[in-house]
Amino acid sequence: MPKTPDTAIIQIARNTSGARIVLDHVTKSYANQPVAAVEDFSMTAEPGELIMFVGPSGCGKTTTMKMINRIIEPTSGSISIDGRDVLSLNPHELRRHIGYVIQQIGLFPHMTIAENIAVVPKLLGWSKNAIGDRIDELLTTVELNPRDFAHRYPKQLSGGQQQRVGVARALAADPPVMLMDEPFGATDPITREKLQAEFLRLQDSLGKTIIFVTHDFDEAVRLGDRIAVLSDRSQIEQFDTPANILASPANDYVASFIGHGAAIKRLTLIPVTDAVLGPVSESSGGPITVCDTDTLRDALDSLVLTGLAALTVVDEARRPIGSISVDRISAVLGADVATPTVQASRP
Amino acid sequence: MTGFDFSRLLHFWSQRWPDILGLIVEHIAVVAISLLIAMVVGVGIGMLVWNRPIPRSVVIAAAGVALTIPSLAMLALLIPTFGLGWTPTVIALVMYSLLPIVRNTVVGLREVPPAVMESATGMGMNQFSVLLRIQLPIAWPIILTGVRVAAQLTIGIAAIAAYVAGPGLGSYIFQGLSSLGSVNALNFALTGTLGVVILALLVDALFVTITRYTTSRGLRA
Repeated sequence: MPKTPDTAIIQIARNTSGARIVLDHVTKSYANQPVAAVEDFSMTAEPGELIMFVGPSGCGKTTTMKMINRIIEPTSGSISIDGRDVLSLNPHELRRHIGYVIQQIGLFPHMTIAENIAVVPKLLGWSKNAIGDRIDELLTTVELNPRDFAHRYPKQLSGGQQQRVGVARALAADPPVMLMDEPFGATDPITREKLQAEFLRLQDSLGKTIIFVTHDFDEAVRLGDRIAVLSDRSQIEQFDTPANILASPANDYVASFIGHGAAIKRLTLIPVTDAVLGPVSESSGGPITVCDTDTLRDALDSLVLTGLAALTVVDEARRPIGSISVDRISAVLGADVATPTVQASRP
Repeated sequence: MTGFDFSRLLHFWSQRWPDILGLIVEHIAVVAISLLIAMVVGVGIGMLVWNRPIPRSVVIAAAGVALTIPSLAMLALLIPTFGLGWTPTVIALVMYSLLPIVRNTVVGLREVPPAVMESATGMGMNQFSVLLRIQLPIAWPIILTGVRVAAQLTIGIAAIAAYVAGPGLGSYIFQGLSSLGSVNALNFALTGTLGVVILALLVDALFVTITRYTTSRGLRA
């Protein structure tokens, strides 16, 4: 346990590459409501893990997330980051080390993009040069040219660009923990897919511990290391890797949440190379091939498109390394139910 | 009453030019001082009550009541305590200015989008810095509009303050009224009135400029 809140916050802040978050029997109830918004919620997020909270609106997933940075104070239970009790820390200082992104973004309209990003570093008393360098670095990271964007105002940016700035702003002080509340929910499908892909690439290099709230199960499957499927009062129905949840939903609630096409969804998580490839000779050839970095879903897509029985799988140098067929794809899914091993493999 | 003669009015102006200029300066001064005080007090009150429903209603209702008191009556009420001249005038003008300034401050602070407030809090700002660094700058154009309305109001009311020997162009209007039938009665009243109207227009233009240069480019339409 920390001696004083201040040193505890400094210790949390020093660990910039992911902290362990533990929620222990956390409950939130409101005086004027008979049932708790969140009831007896316990969960551990490992350092560097991207955890998705999925559930219908009103299930308490956002409330649960907001208790971690104390935007909402829990009624009972304890929350710790890297072993330090969050509830004993100064909430304002604590929040400067927890990145926070919300759906409506909430950029400050009267500040330029650079000023928006500089808010937390300024609160932390960084030097002017350090802040300037950080702004350039972050804008480059989220693929916005600092020279073009630093001095613009939020209203001059598109929705997708604003959301990138929102992420950059949350990353400003290199926090070990990020909380994201449906950050891509308000963007159009094409922009969302692009933002998701960028976000995954970003997380691969940053390794933050992230709690990501969404009601979109597909998004959860695409992004999450582990998914917590939540029902009313933020009850955890299942907490597992996307592959395991898709392969064996814990109950009807989870199954209904996955919806139709669970097998197809699982294929998006499995690289082609996880299948036992057939000999190149099995493929009837043709101009359409599958790259070894593609997922099984991409392979299936090409099979359906061409109507062929098998397609050639090629490596990066476009040398044929084998062939893939619908049977071989099915075999992967069958094997997967018994031994789910695809946790680390993302498209 | 004598008829209106434009050449006589011009002659009146050329004769009393320094006098008129002095009154205009006084008028501007008393309005400016009152507005400054009202702005500090009004924005301060607005910042204190914007998120407290009961004090907010009480303050706005009280400021509304103050505005309904006829200016002549208000000034008369202030004489026993504050005597004649600048003091009762400034007090009366501040009271009339409070409603638009307080109300616009409250509206402006409340209109900041919840998402902006939440991300400010979520980034580790305390309530005071959210108010000072986020809400106030975003509410600024709305607050300035309140001050602008107050300015229009007080330029007119300041003219009445001549009744309690207050400063400004009102003294010409009252002089004209009290000397009805004399040669210059109309010239006095007309000069006072025109002065007030022109002053009001100029101050309004000034506020447009001030708003433009003190509002963040990110907030302008």
